[in-house]
Amino acid sequence: MSIYNPPAGWFKAPTGAERLWVGLALTWCIIMSLAMPYWHFYGKQNSTGESYRVSVADYGARVQQFVESNTVGTEQGVPIVEIAPGGDGYLLARMWAFYPIIKLKKGQTYRLHISSLDLQHGFSLQPLNMNFQVLPGYDHVLTITPTSSGIFSIICNEFCGIGHHSMTGRIIVED
Amino acid sequence: MASAVDSLPIVGNHPQAEVRSCDTTSLPVCLTAQQFIRWHAVVAVVFLLIGGIGALLLALTRWPAVHLLDAEWYYRILTLHGLNMLIFWILSFEIAVLYFAGTVLLNTRLASKWAAYVCFGMMLVGSVMVDITIMGGKADVLMTSYVPLMATPWFYLGIIILAVGALIGVFNFLATIYIAKRDHTYEGSVPLVVFGATAAAIIAVGTLLHGAVVMIPTWLWSMGVISEIDPSWYRITWWGLGHMSQQVNVCAMVSIWYLLGTLTVGAKPLNQAVCRGAFVLYILFINLASAHHLLVDPGVGAGWKIWNTSYAMYLAVLASMIHGFTVPASIEVAMRGKGFTRGMFGWLAAAPWSNPGFSGFFLSLIIFGFGGGITGVVLGTQQINIMAHNTLRIPGHFHVTVVGGTTLAFMALTYYVVPLIFQRDFYAKTLCRLQPYVFGGGITLMAVGMSFAGSYGVPRRHWDIEFTGGQFAVGFDAGAHAMLGIMGVGAVIAVIGLLMYVLLVVAAVFFGPRIAGQAMPPWHEEPARPADAVTDQSEEHKTPGTLVLAIVFLAAFAVYYFANWMWLADVWEVR
Amino acid sequence: MATRDPNGKHPIQKLMDNPWLLLVLGIVIPTVSYTIWGWIELWLVPTATLP
Repeated sequence: MSIYNPPAGWFKAPTGAERLWVGLALTWCIIMSLAMPYWHFYGKQNSTGESYRVSVADYGARVQQFVESNTVGTEQGVPIVEIAPGGDGYLLARMWAFYPIIKLKKGQTYRLHISSLDLQHGFSLQPLNMNFQVLPGYDHVLTITPTSSGIFSIICNEFCGIGHHSMTGRIIVED
Repeated sequence: MASAVDSLPIVGNHPQAEVRSCDTTSLPVCLTAQQFIRWHAVVAVVFLLIGGIGALLLALTRWPAVHLLDAEWYYRILTLHGLNMLIFWILSFEIAVLYFAGTVLLNTRLASKWAAYVCFGMMLVGSVMVDITIMGGKADVLMTSYVPLMATPWFYLGIIILAVGALIGVFNFLATIYIAKRDHTYEGSVPLVVFGATAAAIIAVGTLLHGAVVMIPTWLWSMGVISEIDPSWYRITWWGLGHMSQQVNVCAMVSIWYLLGTLTVGAKPLNQAVCRGAFVLYILFINLASAHHLLVDPGVGAGWKIWNTSYAMYLAVLASMIHGFTVPASIEVAMRGKGFTRGMFGWLAAAPWSNPGFSGFFLSLIIFGFGGGITGVVLGTQQINIMAHNTLRIPGHFHVTVVGGTTLAFMALTYYVVPLIFQRDFYAKTLCRLQPYVFGGGITLMAVGMSFAGSYGVPRRHWDIEFTGGQFAVGFDAGAHAMLGIMGVGAVIAVIGLLMYVLLVVAAVFFGPRIAGQAMPPWHEEPARPADAVTDQSEEHKTPGTLVLAIVFLAAFAVYYFANWMWLADVWEVR
Repeated sequence: MATRDPNGKHPIQKLMDNPWLLLVLGIVIPTVSYTIWGWIELWLVPTATLP
């Protein structure tokens, strides 16, 4: 009975089906424990949390410089900015937009920096459904390689005030 | 342990006239504890009702075809719903559970009546303060109140008062188990349910300390005393409150599974060392999983993420898998002992499914295990979280842990608390018998809709997935909209189940027939021993049915786990 | 593991029967592994050198 004091000598090893199940469960837990380190070293999708401290003002200035020197067009008044393959690109999250539009080439690798000018935001790339956290004061670096081309949307999935639902952005990937 | 103490007779330490013998179980009930169990339980149900009304409004807003509230009120009610459900309802009920397990099962008085008053008063004042600031529009910051989003200082102060009050209640429980040991009111080890409650209390202490460490500076910041709170520091520390509190729920829920197994079918654990060992694994490792919320964060590296998210090599998952076996196994043994030995699952078919204490607890076990447990481990896998963070997959997961699991277990227990502690009988028993199925079915359907919508990328905590007013047109697949419709239907059913529960409980507690002085009316007739019952004694310790169920569970777990790794391999490469 | 004291109690059973030791371990382990290690991770975040 679970509600009465157990009789003396209750401390004993499990037997039968219970013992079998503990063994199976432990084996499964060990498999799962190995899967994450394995994927960290051999898998292609990881969140290593590479990040740097940065002031909001410095990051904003860096984004502006990136936009001024790499703009290749505009869409709906928002600059489209191309990152050189292997190079660094700077994306800004603020209430309530992602800025600017980022242009990439399929199969190339980029260092995409993301940070916020104000509140916490969520970088959610759709329709791929890849999600990363964006914090003010932290330059979060994603080393990404697009493996598909097309027009992708960024939506904010961290609550950032009343206009949160309207916070969107774009990433364009060419073949 | 001096043997002089061991030789003393076992007697309770109750002062005169402050104890009664339970008319059903003959257990000694401390009348002070009983009073506070009643108070906390009543307040808990009020908060459940507030949260439930909020749930209906939210579901009818996120159901795109209805889209009821405007943006401001959506986020306001979301803040209200989260805090009332996850904190106020559950914490209040848990304090009641601690007072019960600490006193009645250990044959002791409550350590301090004064502390119990302070705990109750502070929890009530803190909760009401928080609700007033939210409804007044001064705290539209959601439950997490991530800095630098700022609420009125009264909001943070309310949470601090609530947390300190709860901590006093937890310390009162710990003091109670101390005086029980000191006064030698029981012999040997504590009962398993008390051990589980102790595990919950220990986790609650860690939880509430994290709450103090994060909320006090944030409160000072909201008043301008501190100029800045680092957002990443806040996230790490806040989740020490936010996630650990849910581990308190897990421990309390599992303890209630064991308790209800005993109360409904007379189950006894197969092996106490295994059950207690699993609780020890919870105590030591389950709280590392607060990292689940920071798996795609900047600031913390892969080593920290992988180690903590795995609860130190999944030792807390091992614990849950053990409980998930031992609880139904104890039911199987008890039922086979009553002669229900036919086939693999004859014992399960003959179980008292018309007893809401049993059906609620067993559904809680199934929903928590197959729904919440599997999704929790998969979403908490560091890399897979890239496809899940802040999508509806997350609330899809925790509504089948903390609602389909914990809340349903609490509801099931209520069908015993009201007759045994309030000494009142229920009206409309057919509705009582139906209620766990309505609530469990509704919440499961809702969580399925949420999870699949989240797999399409639909964000959580989001008013409008048409992104009205955004600079670019974004939309979701028609499948995502269909899933949100399923979520809405499930939520409406679940809220109906919740309202049934609230009405039945309120009617019984305040207007039900008094049954003091008599045994509680049984929820089910003890079924007759089958004529063809096997009387083989060895049959009583076999659990083939549970082993099959457990292996089906493991297979489902593995399929879902590896399927998610396969989906992950299809997205862009990222480091 | 297998050592028993004269009363015949296994060390793990003694741990299970001691809520105070469990309380200490249950607070220290997650606080060190999750919280303090997490704070140290933040403290070690380098400053950005934006080119």
